[in-house]
Amino acid sequence: MFNLFDTGFQFFYWGNLLMIVIGGGLIYLGISRKMEPLLLLPIGFGILLVNLPLGGMIDYEFELSHNGIPGKVISIEVNSTTRLSENDVVIRLDSGEVIAPVHGRIKQLLVSPGQEVLPGQAVAVMVTTAQTPFPTTPVGLFSRIFQFGIMWQVIPPLIFLSLGALTDFGPMIANPRTLLLGAAAQFGVYFAFFAALATNFFMKVGFTIPEAASIGIIGGAEGPTTIFVTAALAPHIIGATAVACYSYMALVPVIQPPIIRLLTTKQERAIYMKPQLREVSNREKILFPVIAAVVVILFVPLSAPLIGMFMLGNLFSMSGVVERLSKTASGAFIDILTIFLTLAIGATMTAENFLLPRTLLVLVLGLVAFATATAAGVIMAKILNIFSREKINPMIGAAGVSAVPMAARVVQVMGQKANPRNFLLMHAMGPNVAGAIGAAIAGGVFLGMIR
Amino acid sequence: MARETVEVPITGKIISVNVKVGDTVSEGDVLCLLESMKMENPIVAPVGGTIAEVGIAPDQVVKPGQVVAVIEY
Repeated sequence: MFNLFDTGFQFFYWGNLLMIVIGGGLIYLGISRKMEPLLLLPIGFGILLVNLPLGGMIDYEFELSHNGIPGKVISIEVNSTTRLSENDVVIRLDSGEVIAPVHGRIKQLLVSPGQEVLPGQAVAVMVTTAQTPFPTTPVGLFSRIFQFGIMWQVIPPLIFLSLGALTDFGPMIANPRTLLLGAAAQFGVYFAFFAALATNFFMKVGFTIPEAASIGIIGGAEGPTTIFVTAALAPHIIGATAVACYSYMALVPVIQPPIIRLLTTKQERAIYMKPQLREVSNREKILFPVIAAVVVILFVPLSAPLIGMFMLGNLFSMSGVVERLSKTASGAFIDILTIFLTLAIGATMTAENFLLPRTLLVLVLGLVAFATATAAGVIMAKILNIFSREKINPMIGAAGVSAVPMAARVVQVMGQKANPRNFLLMHAMGPNVAGAIGAAIAGGVFLGMIR
Repeated sequence: MARETVEVPITGKIISVNVKVGDTVSEGDVLCLLESMKMENPIVAPVGGTIAEVGIAPDQVVKPGQVVAVIEY
């Protein structure tokens, strides 16, 4: 077995090197380019740490058992330095063989040549970094954080508590039409869902329904929602969906403008909206989270962890009587959770888990989700304009994709460019926060349909 | 001479004032930076002209409707 002088080099391969370069790239973007440093820096370092073999940060342990008929061990095909891929033969018996169900390595052999093995008997202790459908024991720092924070669905809803404390629903309450824009943008979620399912037509092994739902939800443009849904439905692709979601949120200023320009005329982009929204009373702001929680959760029960925490956090800040709680929720608390969340996400990205053709496909489909969500929001705004006397600037529909507040900011900048009198920020914040609610609801709908 | 009054669109804090009385501005020039909702938002000139009046100062907390500047053109 391993001794004190074992180094990581015996398991190190080109994939680890490539992932370390990717992790280093994220750290570079965070520090030098100031691109989402709060997320990219810890994710990048997490990737670095889990691609140093034998560090064991994201290791899961399980007993490999023999599932065939009784037999005698003829040969043992591996030793402690073998890097196992999925379906590699571990042990040959005279009645068949024992294969590795996932990639990883053998930590300990429990049988020796010549020994009789019964069905169900454990033949080895295996270690993997994969999120497996069968039960394993997390034995590393990150695998424990991942198991009990992400898989147990604790961290993403708590982040929603903090987001709630940081959100002002005022612009949405002042102009309830914007709820429709936030809802329309969820079209991107369902479009990408069906696009992911369509891979089954031209690929031997396309995406399954749970995987497709996890990919679709990237279009909700909410990191915690994406992670929440993927953890429940398809944890083995969580690294890819989370990274797609967070990167595209950072790239919203690049993704959205061409789509908005394609779907609107210059005159439409210049439509003037009065900067003053209706004054929203305190009573409305306090009642909203309470009523919204009750109504949404009654309709979509499985959105309860996200919506419930979101609205509670919002009530913290709107009630005005628990300033200490709201200050903590929107400050130190979300920072701590962000550290856990980002490390856990970075940690899923070992070379064996991440360097797969499907990861690339997830990233492409995620982009499709963002693009169609933007388009759907803008088109919905144009439809609303057909029916309303007071025209809205159709660009604010693009803010319905959530990605708070980046999408609203894009609209503000483009609006000011098209018409220097325009100041659309507050108008765009309405669909923007509505989009966050919409994404959580879409996630709840998926969980209700699929789980 | 026509006068155009630029007003503060949303509650926030003035980070910097980029013009002074007598300056000539073109349409789209930045008059001041307003921090609101954790974002820096430029307030730009809706028309080209001469600054006749400046109503804000750096670090000032402002409300919608307050005068940013008056432009004569």
